[in-house]
Amino acid sequence: MDRYDAIVVGGGHNGLVNGAYLARAGLKTLILERRPMVGGAAITEELRPGFQFTTFSYALSLLRPQIIQELELTKHGFLPLLMSTRFAPGEDGEYLLFNRDHDETLREIARLSPHDADAYEQYSHDLDRVCQAVKPLLDSVPPNLFSDDPEELVAMAALGSRLRGLDKRTLHNAVRLLTGSAADFLDDYFESPLLKGYLASSSIIGSKVGPRSQGSGLVLLFHSLGEHDGEFGAWAFHKGGNGGFTQVLARAAEAFGAEIRLEAPVERVLTRDGEATGVALADGTEIAAEVVVSALDPRRTFLELVEPRELPDDLVEDIRRLKFRGVSSKVNFALDELPTHPVLGARPDLYRGFMNIGPSMDYLERAFDDAKYGWYSEHPYIDCAIQSTIDPDMAPPGKHVLSCFVQYTPYELRESDWEAQREPMADRVQATLESHFPGFGALVLQREVQTPLDIERTVGLSEGNIFAGEFLAPQMFFFRPAPGWSQYRTPIAGYYQCGSGTHPGGCVMGAPGRLAAGQILGDRTRASGA
Amino acid sequence: MIRTTPFHERTSALNETGLWQHWSGHLVATRYQASDKFEYFAVRNSAGIFDTSPLYKYRIAGRDSERFLSGMLARDIRTCPPGLAQYTTWLDDRGFVLEDGVIQHRAPDEFLLTCAEPNLAWFADRVGRLAVTIEEVSLDIGALAVQGPRSRELLSRLVPSVGELPFFGITSGTIAGRPVTVTRTGYTGDLGYEVWVEAPDAVAVWDGVWDAAEGYGVLAYGMDALYMLRIEAGLLLLGADFDSSRFAFNDAHRSTPLELGWAWMFKGLEDDDRPFIGRRALERERAEKTSRWRMVGLVVDWEDYDRVYSSAGLIPPKDHRPVHEDWMVYDADRSRVGYATSIMYSPVLQRHIAMARVRPDLAKPGTRVFLEFTVDHHYEQVAAHVARLPLYNPPRKTA
Repeated sequence: MDRYDAIVVGGGHNGLVNGAYLARAGLKTLILERRPMVGGAAITEELRPGFQFTTFSYALSLLRPQIIQELELTKHGFLPLLMSTRFAPGEDGEYLLFNRDHDETLREIARLSPHDADAYEQYSHDLDRVCQAVKPLLDSVPPNLFSDDPEELVAMAALGSRLRGLDKRTLHNAVRLLTGSAADFLDDYFESPLLKGYLASSSIIGSKVGPRSQGSGLVLLFHSLGEHDGEFGAWAFHKGGNGGFTQVLARAAEAFGAEIRLEAPVERVLTRDGEATGVALADGTEIAAEVVVSALDPRRTFLELVEPRELPDDLVEDIRRLKFRGVSSKVNFALDELPTHPVLGARPDLYRGFMNIGPSMDYLERAFDDAKYGWYSEHPYIDCAIQSTIDPDMAPPGKHVLSCFVQYTPYELRESDWEAQREPMADRVQATLESHFPGFGALVLQREVQTPLDIERTVGLSEGNIFAGEFLAPQMFFFRPAPGWSQYRTPIAGYYQCGSGTHPGGCVMGAPGRLAAGQILGDRTRASGA
Repeated sequence: MIRTTPFHERTSALNETGLWQHWSGHLVATRYQASDKFEYFAVRNSAGIFDTSPLYKYRIAGRDSERFLSGMLARDIRTCPPGLAQYTTWLDDRGFVLEDGVIQHRAPDEFLLTCAEPNLAWFADRVGRLAVTIEEVSLDIGALAVQGPRSRELLSRLVPSVGELPFFGITSGTIAGRPVTVTRTGYTGDLGYEVWVEAPDAVAVWDGVWDAAEGYGVLAYGMDALYMLRIEAGLLLLGADFDSSRFAFNDAHRSTPLELGWAWMFKGLEDDDRPFIGRRALERERAEKTSRWRMVGLVVDWEDYDRVYSSAGLIPPKDHRPVHEDWMVYDADRSRVGYATSIMYSPVLQRHIAMARVRPDLAKPGTRVFLEFTVDHHYEQVAAHVARLPLYNPPRKTA
């Protein structure tokens, strides 16, 4: 039987990060991936000759900067390209077009509301301060609330003292965001419906909440915590898409000595006397390892890879209760030409960033209303990016690829299913695009649709939830994925978790993979010292 | 009255920022659009076009031109046959650098020297009885840099011989029916070329290149992006990283080629009996190891940098815009051991980087030093390590 120090189940970005850190520390590490390519939901596929599709995940922001440095990613081709514009078409021909010039951005807002231009400065500053306060949490293991271990008590005290060190306003803003709705927060600053719609869009991504739901503030904050070259809330497009990024990770992992095996689905984790001893592949092959790390989501980590009867009842129950409820789809297009919006015309330089079809909070909230009752939005929210304008290698010269992130498209449809509704939903997306980009339909060379069901089937994310477990306060930090199990260990000795279902959560962040590696290596050091 | 370049009709139409600056008496775009960084990425990821016409250009011709230049230039021009170009420098008789430039060996008895400042008198006054003519052609020739990973594919569709052109090679052809010379040279440290045209043909040639670039993600880039690119590429800038010895008031403002990290130019010096200005001083410096400095790259320790700013309650800035000023460098005992002259946050390296001169005994790659930043209006010393220049050196540059 093959024997490794560590086996990582799942070659998504967190599995790759985790495996790279373990290999870097000298562990003989094997990363097992079910599909023919690594990347999980962060892949790029040439679905049509010359056209590169970011099938699922499509941009980079929350990736922890430490990972770039510690895994030496720039040596392996890490290249986060700048998205230089942001465009938000409104209703009735109104729009916001932001470029990289701060003062021009304020002028652009002032066109809609002079009040909001100044308020935007205050909002950005207030949000930056909250992000600065919260950011260290992304890079540390949550203390165990339920432990009497002196180390944990010290960690709790340190957390408490950090909170006490914040100024009143920042702490209050943090609590408002972590517990309240994005609408309440944004209403305190702004009057322009279009600006609020644009900003509130970040509060619903990947989540079954509307901007007026409690909890959308947390999603807004989470998406503001990313950074690009030190700028909070800025997004980048990696060279070659997020598949380009995970290829960089794979090269880094291999450079540290990790072995990656493709088309090697893991059937179950092998255990003996409450300890992990290796894995069994679907073809029956057994591979031994002292450490097994699941990069899969918590449902699969706890309920599928091991026998629930090996776990405490309360954990099993907590995992069964965990909310997934995917609401996001991707509709990706290969286009014959640049689609044009009437106010931007045919200038490719004005399309080099996200285009946000979410013209008001009312629009977003109505889109959510449809989902509440089990149907996809009649007028969907769409986060678009013509990625070939940012990285011309994404499509042949003059041709383009358009990535559309779509909400809401609930995993469970009332009295229907996604086999029946996949194309009608995509038609609706296309019709929405047509209303903003007249003549859009005639440019479409190919359309690829990924509903929550497809995401679940292809990537393995339960219910197609892009964060491997929703971003709800009871599912974060101390409680992610379950109370008492937020420190990447499991009740089975030697069996660990490192997916986005663990703290701090989803997005192409890598923090779970990195923090889990720290725990694994710490445990090994302690065990060998004892 | 400020001049415009032969491409101005096109560059002015593209410049949406209204930002221009002066370069050798010419108006050049600082940046064309709101984001200099986007222009920079065009060069690193597809291709960018840069109007480099304001360079000073001298045509040096005649039977004795090679002999003349072999005495004037410190790097051996005889190792650069017709069809190649060479990065070179010229020194004063104390062995201090006057300037650097690129010389193209265009034909057996014909060279084109390009440089940043006027040098006509210095060269012309030293011709003596040799059969050499020196003519300034700065305003007669437009120069267009086409730089980036797609530059070869793009230009070779217009000038097929570009496809096989070696690093620092020279070829010729036509673009839009106008004769052009193409050199595989540039100031970006990437795969790239420069297209040399007669000034009246400039706009037609620009259009030819621009039309061929349609759909390829090619952008015009300005001075801001250029300076980012050249620091990553480890290419020195006169007035920032060194000064001309001719106009220095003391030796602190003078540098030898060895101090600037150009020892590689003199690898064959022992076998080359050529007398050239500054040779004896250079040999003495080599033999007696009297160099005061060595030009190196510095890579800032990211953790220490973050620590310094975070402990002040600040978000660590990562500003890609180059700063061309002196920043002090210290050793572990906090003694001053050098100074950085160009610093920036590099998007491709994801680090703050600098070009700096340090004491020669500290020039070994990996040596730990400290670079002084100003944080909250006081000095903070941040750890950095010495690295070989260029800090960014993609294989495609010379492949």
